[in-house]
Amino acid sequence: MIQKNRLEGGQIDTATLLKFKFDGKSYVGHEGDTLASALLANGVRLMGRSFKYHRPRGVLSAGSEEPNALVQLRSGARQEPNTRATTAELFDGLVAKSQNRFGSLRFDAMAINDRFSNFLTAGFYYKTFMWPKTFWEKVYEPIIRKAAGLGSLSLLDDPDVYDKGFLYCNLLIIGAGPAGLMAALTAGRSGANVILADEDFTFGGRLNSETFSIGDDSSAVWAAEAVAELSSFPNVRLMVRTTIIGAFDHGIYGAVERVSDHVAIPDAGKPRQIMWRIYTQRTVLAAGAIERPIAFENNDRPGIMLGSAIRTYANRFAVAVDKSVAIFTNNDDGHRTAADLHAKGLKIAAVVDVRANAPLSMDFEVLQGQVINTKGRLGLTFVDVKLSDGTIRTLDIGALGMSGGWNPNVHMTCHQRGRPRWNESLAAFVPGDTLPNGMIVAGAANGDMSTAGALHGGAQAARVVLGLKGSMPKLPTAEDAPIRLTPFWYVEGCSRAWLDQQNDVTVKDVKLSHQEGFRSVEHLKRYTTLGMSTDQGKTSNMGGLAIMAELAGKTIPEVGTTIFRPPYTPTAIGALAGRNRGQDFHPKRLTPSHKWALEQGAVFVEVGNWMRAQWFQKDGETHWRESVDREVLATRSSVGVCDVTTLGKVDVQGMDAANFLNKIYCNGFAKLAVGKTRYGLMLREDGIALDDGTAGRLANDHFIVTTTTANALPVYRHMEFVRQCLFPDMDVQLISTTEAWAQYAIAGPNSRNLLEKIIDQDVSNGAFPFMSCANITICNGLRARLFRISFSGELAFEIAVPTAYGDALIRKIMEAGAEFDVTPYGTEALGVMRIEKGHATGNELNGTTSALNLGMERMVSEAKDSIGSILSRRKGMNRADALFQMGVKPLDLSDDVPAGSHLMNADGPVDAAHDQGYVTSACYSPNLGHAIGLAFIKNGSNRIGEKMRLVSPLTGVDVAVEIVSPHFIDPQGERLRA
Amino acid sequence: MRYSGFQVIKQALNNHKGWKPAWRDSEPQPHYDIIIIGGGGHGLATAYYLAKEFNGKRIAVLEKGWIGSGNVGRNTTIIRSNYLLDGNEPFYEFSLKLWEGLEQDLNYNAMISQRGILNLIHTDAQRDAFIRRGNAMILNGADAEMLTTAQIKKRYPYLNTEDARFPIKGGLAQHRGGTVRHDAVAWGYARGADSCGVDIIQNCEVTGFKIKNGKVLGLETSRGFIGAGKVGCAVAGSSSRLMAKADMRLPMESHVLQAFVSEGLKPVLAGVVTFGAGHFYCSQSDKGGLVFGGDLDGYNSYAQRGNLPVVEDVCEGGMAIFPAFGRARLLRMWGGIMDMSMDGSPIIDKTHIDGLYFNGGWCYGGFKATPASGFCFAHLLAKDSPHPLATEYRFDRFERGRMIDEKGMGNQPNLH
Amino acid sequence: MIINHPLLGQRDSSEFTYLGDAKLIERPDPDSETATHDFYKYAYLRDNPAGWHKELWFHEAGDRSWLVVTRNTLTHEISKVEMARDVAREKGRRR
Repeated sequence: MIQKNRLEGGQIDTATLLKFKFDGKSYVGHEGDTLASALLANGVRLMGRSFKYHRPRGVLSAGSEEPNALVQLRSGARQEPNTRATTAELFDGLVAKSQNRFGSLRFDAMAINDRFSNFLTAGFYYKTFMWPKTFWEKVYEPIIRKAAGLGSLSLLDDPDVYDKGFLYCNLLIIGAGPAGLMAALTAGRSGANVILADEDFTFGGRLNSETFSIGDDSSAVWAAEAVAELSSFPNVRLMVRTTIIGAFDHGIYGAVERVSDHVAIPDAGKPRQIMWRIYTQRTVLAAGAIERPIAFENNDRPGIMLGSAIRTYANRFAVAVDKSVAIFTNNDDGHRTAADLHAKGLKIAAVVDVRANAPLSMDFEVLQGQVINTKGRLGLTFVDVKLSDGTIRTLDIGALGMSGGWNPNVHMTCHQRGRPRWNESLAAFVPGDTLPNGMIVAGAANGDMSTAGALHGGAQAARVVLGLKGSMPKLPTAEDAPIRLTPFWYVEGCSRAWLDQQNDVTVKDVKLSHQEGFRSVEHLKRYTTLGMSTDQGKTSNMGGLAIMAELAGKTIPEVGTTIFRPPYTPTAIGALAGRNRGQDFHPKRLTPSHKWALEQGAVFVEVGNWMRAQWFQKDGETHWRESVDREVLATRSSVGVCDVTTLGKVDVQGMDAANFLNKIYCNGFAKLAVGKTRYGLMLREDGIALDDGTAGRLANDHFIVTTTTANALPVYRHMEFVRQCLFPDMDVQLISTTEAWAQYAIAGPNSRNLLEKIIDQDVSNGAFPFMSCANITICNGLRARLFRISFSGELAFEIAVPTAYGDALIRKIMEAGAEFDVTPYGTEALGVMRIEKGHATGNELNGTTSALNLGMERMVSEAKDSIGSILSRRKGMNRADALFQMGVKPLDLSDDVPAGSHLMNADGPVDAAHDQGYVTSACYSPNLGHAIGLAFIKNGSNRIGEKMRLVSPLTGVDVAVEIVSPHFIDPQGERLRA
Repeated sequence: MRYSGFQVIKQALNNHKGWKPAWRDSEPQPHYDIIIIGGGGHGLATAYYLAKEFNGKRIAVLEKGWIGSGNVGRNTTIIRSNYLLDGNEPFYEFSLKLWEGLEQDLNYNAMISQRGILNLIHTDAQRDAFIRRGNAMILNGADAEMLTTAQIKKRYPYLNTEDARFPIKGGLAQHRGGTVRHDAVAWGYARGADSCGVDIIQNCEVTGFKIKNGKVLGLETSRGFIGAGKVGCAVAGSSSRLMAKADMRLPMESHVLQAFVSEGLKPVLAGVVTFGAGHFYCSQSDKGGLVFGGDLDGYNSYAQRGNLPVVEDVCEGGMAIFPAFGRARLLRMWGGIMDMSMDGSPIIDKTHIDGLYFNGGWCYGGFKATPASGFCFAHLLAKDSPHPLATEYRFDRFERGRMIDEKGMGNQPNLH
Repeated sequence: MIINHPLLGQRDSSEFTYLGDAKLIERPDPDSETATHDFYKYAYLRDNPAGWHKELWFHEAGDRSWLVVTRNTLTHEISKVEMARDVAREKGRRR
């Protein structure tokens, strides 16, 4: 296989042959190539199609600003759409396909759009596709959607792993060109903790693309030596293949390191990419500059490129884009490209310079004129040049370099809404006055376009940000050519001259945008889609701005710029997610007896991050209801045990503990006796229920507060707020002990009998009546806490031991309870029993529920101040038609009363205006033998016995129900007091 | 000029010479009957409906920058009416109905696309809540459908149901939900309002209210004093700043909400999918970009940009349900200023100052409300009484205890 | 963002939970005759400034201190971080 356009030299390892495929065809390249350079070496100029007109496209650039050469890299589940061929590092076995074409890349059926381009101008779609009305979704839009988009996802799960990491440094240097390397050397030698990051796979930036010298070395050798010195510093971390994606607040930078994108498959144990958060005190932005194209008729053909890119391909990659080249320039840099290419033995057909004072050359012809048109369907063949005397000359070439001047890469300076400043001599925006905190800009990014300027700027920036004393070190001699440029944006009279090559935005579109009143930069961008391509307009925005400025009779800085947004280059969503996917999306919290529950056949359910046993499936049980019904019946008839460790627990201690509880609960706690527990309702300051639970008084100055599982964190946070911010001098301390104690509910008529077997404490009804609590010891002295509280409505206890003993305790309970056939029950049976008992949980305490709604309005003490008490008395929350929590049961006992159904008057209309409430929780009660529900019903407490209609049009429910008391079982509470 | 396919062809054949500006760039006049402050979606819609439906006389819209530069130009473009509470659902359903006829009404293709919205369900309690919500929607005349996991899987086969940390137990779908080309909404309303004679005045910042004896007389602006009979404020995240000039404190905080778009991709996601167990929702634009977002950053901000923790949190949510999106690349992230109200619901009301009216507190749901918000605000401005569907959106609901709290989060705006 | 905790030094803001305006410390007198109106204003009305803002952050993944952070809502710059308890005492809050 012959690489027909491969030259001598360059920074590639010609000894290593790398095989790769593009659109099924095999090629070879070398270590050090990008996919783009290797394709060019093989004579392939056509690499893609544009977004709208499907125009044939080749590479424009040699870097991450590339708008055109986007390919689908790799195959199968690793397929990556929209990958820039210009940054994709070549590896052996690389497979890439062209994208956004229908048919083959050479014969794209959608290229028909180009024929109709005059009808498909900027914003045409806002003016049509409206008739007939139904056709938009059915006809027009599906066609548009199919045609739109660029590459394809495989829709297979991403098989690679992404990592995250955190780094800290004194100085982050972004970009390892001359300025960045010099800054790193200066800072590294000073002993500062430095990170130097560059998106390229080789450090050096433009130094790798140039032929001039620094000191006595070639620029690339100087760069390599600088890297060698930096590698010897333990205080310097060098990060190649690392893109700084954004400057965030307070010196935090996002960085993506492409660890394995240059190999076919990541090595075992290696991630594909690492998303770093870099915390730095100071930053030197040395991101260089990006050359800009010139707009002229048909300037988008494969082979028409940025001049600097042609130079890079020749010097760094040893690739001739074509053997015969011309340059179209408005500044001296175009001549440098021509000189380099000439030195590489290429034929320079001409340098076309718009300036009257263009320098002349011994080696090639310099024409004063402008390129007015080009030819070549799938790649450039001819360009027409209009000379200053009006004559037309046609050049027979395969590559044309455009040199429109350079734009300092100010992207990152704008991430915190800094606005760049216009520099007249560069005819470009340079970093403005408002930079991200701690950032300083150096080198070409700061408008210092010469190598000497960049070296000096880099050294000086490091000295300034690190506050280094002493005189400036001696810098090597380097090229220091002045900028000689005449601003030139587009060729007069051109129309289909591309500004944004990816999105197919032409000079004509900008003119139309202006004509139709879309004149501010943001309107221009949004109406024409200029700069909304995957390069964020790095090569296109300036041209559009310049033309808009001219049309509006303003200067470019008056027109302004759009805002650069992170990320600097598009970033894999997988990298930003890291390992938090699949089962690792969120951490799993397991209770101490999780393993035991697993052994018992538990089916688990996610409760926040907790995994709780939902029910315990026994052999022969095929439906969850069988398990749940069994657990409920066994508990109510003998004894059941349930893991309630996940409930929030807060230790409240101090002389003011009772006063404190008086503040956070709407009901009173001051008079609660030691050894007693009380139900408490917490309100938010807006008078709505925040949470409920119990608080037990273990000592005069010691309470245990329990919260619901879901609210453990917010309630604790709220309590600390009340303590620290509202009552800072209260003598009270809080600590969340949710994780410190394993807790089990033992419920049912035999619970006392069971308990007596494992503890010494007298738990008879006389000694330990309902709502008692105590510090106790069990199993030869292990400290434990015992509460006689009941969620199920049965005689019940909750016993807590330090977490480490949770597993042992549950096994002990099971062993001791064997004679009573003790039954473990899960959250589902717990739910059934609490509905039977009429206890509220999260379904009822949904954040809009007041004490009144719960029938607890009398609990809101008027004798004391508590959080939420004042606002709970607002009239709107205490209306006669307020919702009350009630019970519902079906008239036909075989009917279901599903939660989420709405209640309507039995003979009234069924619509929102006549809504009477809704069912919050429902279940099948195995004790009653029919479905029951808890419901919020308007004026419900006065409607017991009323027949209503329960409807759920969503799920097809329409049943007759009766309003009943929410206490379905043991309404007098005899069991729990037994 | 009427827009149509025929017109596009005609103008193309005439080399596009005939296209006129979509709206005039007006100079401010000394006095208007009604001035709307804020040239965003809501302000422009208000002006349009005032002029068209309520025979408004001399109307101006003042915009401090360029029209559509606020949240209408930076949102995730979703329209839906899947609300729960009586105060909200009829209003949002009205809005959805206005969307459905908007393009013909405005003669502007805003690409209103009812490809559906799907809220995934992960727990039994969530299912109960969504059933209640779906029923509320249907009882209010909206559409809703409960989908099984299998039905969802058929539509989105690559949805992660096998290895999900939070299992997908179905979803509540509103098929009439969808997306709109957001910028086009501002432009379409601007063009419509302009054609009804409304002056749209850009680069005109209000610097103060002229208020005498409890009545508003006009506005001090960066382009001089402009007299007004009535003034309607519709400036979303800037509401507190603006109303402070009238010595008002609002039940509102301004927060940053980030949103994200990926590189263009061939169609993968037909409708909108929301993942409530994580913080992630996503749709795909007609241009091919995945448009997605999640939670607020959580702190008061006017900076129009956010920080990495939320970026990563959102992408984690995305990867949790769509692990195939890992190799798609995030192209751009941005932040908008959300006018987060104290109960998560908006305000469309008079103020205590005669002639001064307020529209705001849309949280991050303002885009979908644009047509109804404009219509109801226009009604209020024209008739001095609230539109029947917006009677609950009053300032005094907090003092009266009549909050409209869809999420049940109380008086903490960053939780709504 | 980075919050310079008075006791613990610089910590990433993701360790914290945000509540809102530090005026929430100034809970009105519940015994005042205008208590209902005062509590309405306290609970619902905000200055919401574009600029410097004193606000409450809770060090949830840390030492569980409530902090008063003075932060600019336009730039996110933080100028001062105090223990909320100290601020509360300065404001005359006791027990």
